[in-house]
Amino acid sequence: MSAPIYRLQDVCKEYGGRRVLHVEHLNIREGEVLAVVGPSGAGKSTLLRLLNFLEAPTKGRIYFHDAEFSATRPMPLQYRRQVTTVFQRPILLSRTIQANVSYGLRLRGRRNEAHRIAQALQYVGLEDMARQRARTLSGGEAQRVALARALVLQPEVLLLDEPTANLDPYNVTLIERTIKQLNQERSTTLVLVTHNIFQARRLAHRVALMLEGQIIEIADTETFFKAPADPRTTAFVRGEMVY
Amino acid sequence: MRGLHQAIQLILSLDDTLFEIVGLSLRVSGTALLFSVIIGIPLGTAMGLSRFRGRRLVSILLYTGMGLPPVVVGLFVYLLLSRSGVLGQLNWPFIPALFTPAAMIVAQTIISFPLVAGFTMAAVMGIDPHLRLQVQALGATKWQTTLALLSEARLGVLVSVIAGFGAIISEVGAVMMVGGNIAHHTRVLTTAIVLETRKGNFDLAIALGVVLLGLSFLTNAAILRIQGRSFDL
Repeated sequence: MSAPIYRLQDVCKEYGGRRVLHVEHLNIREGEVLAVVGPSGAGKSTLLRLLNFLEAPTKGRIYFHDAEFSATRPMPLQYRRQVTTVFQRPILLSRTIQANVSYGLRLRGRRNEAHRIAQALQYVGLEDMARQRARTLSGGEAQRVALARALVLQPEVLLLDEPTANLDPYNVTLIERTIKQLNQERSTTLVLVTHNIFQARRLAHRVALMLEGQIIEIADTETFFKAPADPRTTAFVRGEMVY
Repeated sequence: MRGLHQAIQLILSLDDTLFEIVGLSLRVSGTALLFSVIIGIPLGTAMGLSRFRGRRLVSILLYTGMGLPPVVVGLFVYLLLSRSGVLGQLNWPFIPALFTPAAMIVAQTIISFPLVAGFTMAAVMGIDPHLRLQVQALGATKWQTTLALLSEARLGVLVSVIAGFGAIISEVGAVMMVGGNIAHHTRVLTTAIVLETRKGNFDLAIALGVVLLGLSFLTNAAILRIQGRSFDL
């Protein structure tokens, strides 16, 4: 593992005066898989929106490489385009699968990248369905298109917000395999938000527990599950946390 | 039946007067529609996508505008453009005079742009709000995001254009008031129908009515054809 790609310093996010996130300090290393676990409403998705520079923090700074992102300083487009997110409920454009996958490339003014699009579709096992309309897909297939449209961009960082929630075991396995492959073959940095602690254990190098907008504990996966420092982590890992 | 027969005869005989009336109708309503699209689609999109102070009031005004009686618009434009009116007395070269096709275009634009804007706003607001975030996450700029949302709302936007055109090609109150139904100058299909009916020329009136209906049908069919496969989403 190498230098941090993200550095968060005293980052707060408030909505209508209500604080939903407060991360005093967090470094995300280049090439790592960081899983963020925690109950609903803990601020996990908010954290991802900040990491994708979709919303600015109310206070504090986020450094991506050396670029600063804060309430008064928007992230320049070229940095913003190094990061993308796969959301829990993908919304696809009402076009073909191929058009959906090529969309991000077209935003960057890059056309005629048929090979790369075909490769991305192959990665998620949808190469035979390229010309099908996206609105006709099942939930699992739609999520795989969402994954393909993200990885065709070859982002430095891929953020995943509950990417396998509500999917059948076949699609879960396929998506997990793709994520793992992506990290191993391309050294893509991954931040995975999940409710599923088993998934976190299977995929992550480090795991963070978030409660009420704060990071309670962050440790390498082995330590997090076997010897957590915080009693709340122990309770969460054992499934004893009531929320 | 005689009216229908005469309509076909009129069209087949390439009647000059008929083509002049149809041409002016299309020119006036087409130009008004173009202006309505230029004003209405950006306005509707902005209303659908942004939250600002006074948005509610603008929405109410827009919805009111969607139901504006053409005759009231005609009166309003008449008062504005008449020689003693607020704009008419300025005597500026780009302000149209009453009883000209340009005055009719102004009136029809006022009738149709709220329809284009209102339906566009509804279409854009109907798009899943999460799509915006997801498009941005793929690296879209603000402008690219707006275009993506408009493209997703394209059927609704198309309906807004059809509704805008339908409202003005068939209205009679405003064009009658500000155009005056002057032969070879401001006479359009609807005002010609009124005139022929008053004169008792029901056959010709029916013929013109059939042409008007046909025009409306053809325009809608053409737009839907341009839209093409979007209908089988």
